[in-house]
Amino acid sequence: MKEYVMGNGAIALGALTAGVSLVAGYPGTPSSEIIETVSKYPHQGVHLEWSVNEKAALEVAVAAAYSGARALVTMKQMGLNVASDPLMSVAYVGVKGGLVIVSADDPGPISSQTEQDTRRFADFARIPVFDPSSPEEAYTMIQDAFAYSEKYGTPVLFRPTTRVCHAYASIDIPESFAPGNYEGFVKDSGKWVIFPRLSNMNHGKMEKRNVEIAKDFSSYRYNTVEGENSEKAVVASGVSYAYVKECLRGHRNVKLIRVGTAFPFPEDLVLQALEGVREVLCIEELSPYVEEQILKTAGRHHLDLQVRGKLDGTVPHNGENSVELSAKILKEFLGEEIGSQIMDVSDAPALPARPPVLCAGCPHRASFYAVKQAMKGQKAVFCGDIGCYTLGNAMPLDMVDTCLCMGAGITMAQGFYHLDKDAVCFAFVGDSTFFASGMTGVVNAVYNEADMILCVLDNSTTAMTGHQPHPGTGRNMMGNLVDKVDIAKVLEGIGVKKIITVDPLLLDESIAAVKECAGEKGVKAIIFKSPCIALSKPDTKCMIDSEKCIKCKKCIREIGCPALTIRDGSVVIDRNLCTGCGLCSRICPVSAIGGEEK
Amino acid sequence: MKKDVMICGVGGQGTVLASKIIAASAMEEGSPVHSAETIGMSQRGGSVTSHVRIGEDSYSPLIPFGSADVLLAFEPSEAVRNLRYLKPDGVAVVNTAATKPVTASLNDTGYDGSEMVAYLEKKCSCIFVNSDEVCRPFGSSKFFNIIMLGIAAGSGKLGIGQQTILAQIEKRVPQKFVAVNKEAFQTGFAIGSSGQN
Repeated sequence: MKEYVMGNGAIALGALTAGVSLVAGYPGTPSSEIIETVSKYPHQGVHLEWSVNEKAALEVAVAAAYSGARALVTMKQMGLNVASDPLMSVAYVGVKGGLVIVSADDPGPISSQTEQDTRRFADFARIPVFDPSSPEEAYTMIQDAFAYSEKYGTPVLFRPTTRVCHAYASIDIPESFAPGNYEGFVKDSGKWVIFPRLSNMNHGKMEKRNVEIAKDFSSYRYNTVEGENSEKAVVASGVSYAYVKECLRGHRNVKLIRVGTAFPFPEDLVLQALEGVREVLCIEELSPYVEEQILKTAGRHHLDLQVRGKLDGTVPHNGENSVELSAKILKEFLGEEIGSQIMDVSDAPALPARPPVLCAGCPHRASFYAVKQAMKGQKAVFCGDIGCYTLGNAMPLDMVDTCLCMGAGITMAQGFYHLDKDAVCFAFVGDSTFFASGMTGVVNAVYNEADMILCVLDNSTTAMTGHQPHPGTGRNMMGNLVDKVDIAKVLEGIGVKKIITVDPLLLDESIAAVKECAGEKGVKAIIFKSPCIALSKPDTKCMIDSEKCIKCKKCIREIGCPALTIRDGSVVIDRNLCTGCGLCSRICPVSAIGGEEK
Repeated sequence: MKKDVMICGVGGQGTVLASKIIAASAMEEGSPVHSAETIGMSQRGGSVTSHVRIGEDSYSPLIPFGSADVLLAFEPSEAVRNLRYLKPDGVAVVNTAATKPVTASLNDTGYDGSEMVAYLEKKCSCIFVNSDEVCRPFGSSKFFNIIMLGIAAGSGKLGIGQQTILAQIEKRVPQKFVAVNKEAFQTGFAIGSSGQN
């Protein structure tokens, strides 16, 4: 049966085809659709969950793999940092059932904080990594990943990149899926309990095994050599292989080596392919991992080989690759014309910048505005976090002073307080991020006597990554209605003395809540509760009474709502965007906005 | 057949549905198809693109510069931003109605798209359409993506049959909106086939 799916869908369907019994993960662009795809296809007998964070997801899956079942874990590359604690240890312990950890990298970065490289993490953890170059390949490669995981009794990493995750292709899948049989957990403390002696012993075994895997990978189907004998070769991996293929159509005078498993490096294959080659160009994204392996190979075998890539400045270190970039580099490397004729647009008029913004009607805008108004003239630090609300940094709100990593705002606000007792220290955190890694930070604040105001921007979903449920929503991925974990009760249990829940769209009440908290000592919390505007269906729109409007543009200057624009000198509300939240009507000095029409 | 179709606009304009219908229609007619979407942060009012690659022998998930046969631009500055994807002899279908980014409203840059339209006119073969005008009879801008699809089909540059696309529209939009979407498609088709603004 043919299905046209996204790369992430192909990964999900590949795992189902491989008989996976448990799938767990935490949302993060570009990986989120893997779990969503599993939920949309028949998956009877498969346990599926959005875990509270990546560490939890991996640990849940490790237990499945110890029990002999096949398990899949999904996350984005920075999620792997969170999951690195169990990852490093399970690498030593090993697995019985196949354990595949998908960590989607994001060159660019397009929707991430870092340009880290999961292949490097695989090397660090000493476990194999698979790097697909297309959705079609991802479908079969993830099945191979499970097979290798079981063959060598090791967890394996699978790292697609954004362009593979978000590309669509047709794949051929079976009519139905069934999870594989598994034995269940068998007690064996010499095997499943990590102790220094075990780690020492297994470390030695892992390194020997990796030499074997490297040999095995030399004949792996996605490590390939194409083209005729030539003194020049190009080595590419991941989606860069697709870019190079696109460029090299018709250029036969070069060898193309594709490395689909960067670690353990298939040295035998590459060494053989490099015979007679004098100059090799490495095109890969993120770190120069394959390039370094080629350099090592050249050194070990005394090859007379010029290695070009990121390390000699031929390929940029940062940003994603493209057909255009590859064509430019290949043109120089091969001394041949490559690529299509491109229109010269150097004479184009200046383009308006179009950064992402909070949606029209987003309750986060109202929350930020309330805090901003309440704190006018006072010294304050506004710590942000990861989610849609990072966009609160944009003008005119300008309410995110820091953003580091998941949950960091809560703990950083404490650090700012300890260094400057005069500043009112705020932490803004979304509901999903609060559960993922915010709660322990609040415990830290209470225990270490920080003065801070925690603002939970509770829109009852994980909005940024596509509205996944979380412990506060009362739904899970098994399709069940479950008890909601109540954020106010959690805070109360931790010992936060003042907790105010308020609808941020009620501006006066919200400002009063912030002022009340700012006047007290200790850890205070305001839960700004209002559903994500992308999920609620508003039935009203705001209108500007052009007779009353004095064109002061205060509404535009203060809140920067995308529905408010200027047309022919007048302030107008774009009816297609307005959700009738009414925040602008509460700001207008002459009450010209209102008339919320049905 | 080998066609590259580039769709661009601003998050929320319905570009993804247009790209899905083109991809499904081409597959229905037996062509291999690959496509790619902008997903993530850029969806929130940012620039978005969809790349649809029809036919054998395409490797990159994104259309290379200078390769698109058709550029479907839902916003004039986005058309200029993505113009390099268009083949020098390709056709651009361009909405002349500008979507002002918040930054432009804040600083009152006076951006209204007219400068972009003038530039596009001298750079390539264009079919212009104004979303405000063309959507007026429909009472909502929600159908603009299907109108754009109709224009592209009507221009003959997509290389996909009208009935194939209509069948996909029927399959992909909620039952109660099928009739109005088909009407939107026909409105676009008429514009595309006459090549008028």
